[in-house]
Amino acid sequence: MDLMRSEKMTLVQLIIPVESAHRAISYLGELGLLQFRDLNSERSPFQRTFVNQVKRCGEMSRKLRFFKDQISKAGLLSSVLPVVEPDLELEELEIQLAEHEHELIEMNSNSEKLRVTYNELLEFKLVLQKACGFLLPRSNHAVAEERELSENIYSNDDYVETASLLEQETRPADQSGLRFISGIICKSKALRFERMLFRATRGNMLFNQAPAGEEIMDPLSAEMVEKTVFVVHFSGEQARTKILKICEAFGANCYPVPDDISKQRQITREVSSHLSELETTLDAGIRHRNKALTSIGYHLTQWTSMVRREKAVYDTLNMLNFDVTKKCLVGEGWCPIFAKAQIQEALQRATFDSSSQVGIIFHVMDAVESPPTYFRTNHFTNAYQEIVDAYGVARYQEANPAVYTVKLGSFMEMLFGGRYVLLLMSLFSIYCGLIYNEFFSVPFHIFGGSAYKCRDVTCSDANSAGLIKFRDPYPFGVDPSWRGSRSELPFLNSLKMKMSILLGVAQMNLGIVLSYFNARFFRSSLDIRYQFVPQMIFLNSLFGYLSLLIIIKWCTGSQADLYHVMIYMFLSPTDYLGENELFWGQRPLQIVLLLLALVAVPWMLFPKPFILKKLHSERFQGRTYGLLGSSEFDLDVEPDSARDHHEEFNFSEVFVHQMIHSIEFVLGAVSNTASYLRLWALSLAHSELSTVFYEKVLLLAWGYDNIIIRLIGLAVFAFATAFILLMMETLSAFLHALRLHWVEFQNKFYHGDGYKFKPFSFALITDDDD
Amino acid sequence: MYGFEAMTFNIHGGYLEAIVRGHRAGLLTATDYNNLCQCETLDDIKMHLSATEYGPYLQNEPSPLHTTTIVEKCTLKLVDEYKHMLCQATEPLSTFLEYITYGHMIDNVVLIVTGTLHERDVQELLEKCHPLGMFDSIATLAVAQNMRELYRLVLVDTPLAPYFSECITSEDLDDMNIEIMRNTLYKAYLEDFYKFCQKLGGATAEIMSDLLAFEADRRAVNITINSIGTELTRDDRRKLYSNFGLLYPYGHEELAVCEDIDQVRGAMEKYPPYQSIFSKLSYGESQMLDKAFYEEEVKRLCLAFEQQFHYGVFFAYMRLREQEIRNLMWISECVAQNQKSRVHDSVVFIF
Repeated sequence: MDLMRSEKMTLVQLIIPVESAHRAISYLGELGLLQFRDLNSERSPFQRTFVNQVKRCGEMSRKLRFFKDQISKAGLLSSVLPVVEPDLELEELEIQLAEHEHELIEMNSNSEKLRVTYNELLEFKLVLQKACGFLLPRSNHAVAEERELSENIYSNDDYVETASLLEQETRPADQSGLRFISGIICKSKALRFERMLFRATRGNMLFNQAPAGEEIMDPLSAEMVEKTVFVVHFSGEQARTKILKICEAFGANCYPVPDDISKQRQITREVSSHLSELETTLDAGIRHRNKALTSIGYHLTQWTSMVRREKAVYDTLNMLNFDVTKKCLVGEGWCPIFAKAQIQEALQRATFDSSSQVGIIFHVMDAVESPPTYFRTNHFTNAYQEIVDAYGVARYQEANPAVYTVKLGSFMEMLFGGRYVLLLMSLFSIYCGLIYNEFFSVPFHIFGGSAYKCRDVTCSDANSAGLIKFRDPYPFGVDPSWRGSRSELPFLNSLKMKMSILLGVAQMNLGIVLSYFNARFFRSSLDIRYQFVPQMIFLNSLFGYLSLLIIIKWCTGSQADLYHVMIYMFLSPTDYLGENELFWGQRPLQIVLLLLALVAVPWMLFPKPFILKKLHSERFQGRTYGLLGSSEFDLDVEPDSARDHHEEFNFSEVFVHQMIHSIEFVLGAVSNTASYLRLWALSLAHSELSTVFYEKVLLLAWGYDNIIIRLIGLAVFAFATAFILLMMETLSAFLHALRLHWVEFQNKFYHGDGYKFKPFSFALITDDDD
Repeated sequence: MYGFEAMTFNIHGGYLEAIVRGHRAGLLTATDYNNLCQCETLDDIKMHLSATEYGPYLQNEPSPLHTTTIVEKCTLKLVDEYKHMLCQATEPLSTFLEYITYGHMIDNVVLIVTGTLHERDVQELLEKCHPLGMFDSIATLAVAQNMRELYRLVLVDTPLAPYFSECITSEDLDDMNIEIMRNTLYKAYLEDFYKFCQKLGGATAEIMSDLLAFEADRRAVNITINSIGTELTRDDRRKLYSNFGLLYPYGHEELAVCEDIDQVRGAMEKYPPYQSIFSKLSYGESQMLDKAFYEEEVKRLCLAFEQQFHYGVFFAYMRLREQEIRNLMWISECVAQNQKSRVHDSVVFIF
């Protein structure tokens, strides 16, 4: 019964003393069987009682995110220590987190400072190494001549030209008018930097550059950046300030390179030793930091889940109201009736554990608002429940279609969705394969030989004159001999169409019968008398009759044309049926059925709204005073409790609704029945496709006496089977079955306008806020 | 092409229009502002904003918040959205989107140049620049000594270069010159943008010409009010007005000779759309004029969303978001400085 209808739910009220509130709520969260209603919905989040705690939790989860980020940046795997520590108090945790954060930030800033110094030194070293190459020719022409030739022919040429232009007059005296700035810049900016320098000095400069070779870490983004060493030669003080400004603007770091080679060597040595020192310091810092991070990483998951729980508890507490004395919190919520004992037990535990003087009051209230819907499912049924919920959550205690999904959703050869869905589908498709007695559209004599045989031994006219029947019908499913015969398609199509209609009528009838059980459950005799009965009559007098004819035709082997019978039942019901008469008294029966169907339409359209109107006016006759009083009472006590519920009756709305419903049913009876023919269409498509692949691909390829062609044919066949026949067809079969289930079946009885039971439960808190 | 946008607009612009309308739906609503105005601390504001689209941008900020952080993060969100749209855009929408940022570029140039003139640190100035108006060599602006250098060194590479043709002088930069430069640039920019929109034609031209005309007129009024009592001559003032808009040309003649705020008012009240703005102000008052203009602008920007298949929505969205960020800044400042009574002074509601 627990899958047929929702659990019985009840509205309960909790009055919790302030001192045990937190504990009570967290115990309830562990239990996870109570859904709280928000009693403060008109207040904005920061006007609620426990906003500070929520903020603190938010702050803590920010810190935890920071840790997580740092750990993943450091490339450490956050492993969980198997040892579970005793639960910390929130305050302690807060202090611990703050300490850890402080420590980490300090370490980060220290290592950042070190990193900056390290980068500077490294850059200096690179500049020294590379810039010497540009500067050497100036200080010592003779020595560097060879290197000059091999390395900077171009730049040297440039240099000579520019220099000669620049200092035509001063050149003979000395080169002291020509000065240089050396430095290092990001490779990506180098080109623009050079252009800017050129513009600023009007071309009176010489720009040399060389790739630094080593990548340098950018302290801000922690990415490795390629850099370029440059040397700018220029003359004049004004140009110097300009160039320095441009360097600053481009973020280029300038380092002085002494002219003297011995000095250069000395500085290089100093820088290198500094560098190695710094490197060890940096490494030690990183090791220390990693250690700290690892120790944080051990607890991170536990802390995160704890903070998340705390936040959930305070969010729930924010949904409660203070009572008049400000000493108790009042909460309302829904719980399934079976869980009342468990909840009470948890509440008692909470009272005891927090050594509160006053117990927690827990009592049931009556509700006008519809309770949430709660089905207890297991792994197997959950998949089907989800399929139904995707359409709409059942109205409270409405018959649950998922049960029938399990049983009926699996009509066709295949279905798809969750592994359990797949299991049932595969079982059913194997069954269908057995019914058709074929395998890859190859006839398969599994239940003995065929009932038919050829007229003569050569079997030469088997496809023209047909076979003759010589023994009892095939024991199970379709006789394999139909396969490949001339009348295969007409025979199978007619069979499948009729089966589809039978299945469809049966399922629609089941849907209507379910609406009867719903109506009986809600004690609504109105729905039974003016909805269920006429619907049943209408459907069965037309399509139930058709099903009956189909079965009779199958049993008697009659030649009657059912299309003709059905069409002339409407067009000229009094005419003589002739050879289409299947049984005695068919004509009067048809007339009676037609009349019944005609009567059923106004039957389901008119009485219900009028009776509703009458009932409504009877109920409120002479009660104008009472109504006003009661609504005032409601407003006074609990303005937004579940109990106040304003009932209004609008006749035209009810009538239009009923009219739509009736029209939908009448038209739907025809269109839905036709819609079930999709089963036949799917089956036809599937069998034709498999025939095509088997005959036109596999057999064709096998016809050649060439191993390669055969292999190709086999590959194409395997591919088509796996992807088209199995995957695509499974998907389409599932979609069609789903549609039949949702539309044709469920619209007969399923309202689906309920809302789901969402208990406050720690197990359900996912990390959606991360 | 007029009137046939519906046939072809969605080929290239449909996706982005959907995106921008989605973004527009994320603007803060009246209830949000109501709640924000009731906040006691900046943390409350953060908490409230975390429930809006700004949530992901603010959630990792440590607790003692500053107004600047809030504004910075909110702007970052706008910039991210803008960049995303620009990446997806094709011509001519990408050009249109780039046009929207030129205004910020002008402001940034002026900011840096003024800052260097007063010997501020370049890095500090760069942080104050609007991220939408950044261009590659912006930091180099500090090198320039006069307009000619400014143009030759830096701006020749930027899209602002053509606008500079009118203000290249060899004069040294001073506050007055810079302000004139800003307005000349802005004038050239608005006229260029206007021309571009006219070239696009259709609903874009129709809506954008209305919005840009309003912008131009507002600038004309502001220039007039700000130049009252300065040494700027009438002819010079006249030159700074953009050559389109409702006030062009006769209104400009009148504004050019105005000597006080009431004369401006007299000139403006002849134009019905501006009459309603000035009727909100008492005589001799110019303090609330900015707010009145902003309110009118917001109203017009919101109306741009009423029509489909045009680029005006992008412009309108960017402007509305900027207005929202200004509002957030004002609210946060008021909350931070305990001046909650003044919250409503400068907040322009967007609905």
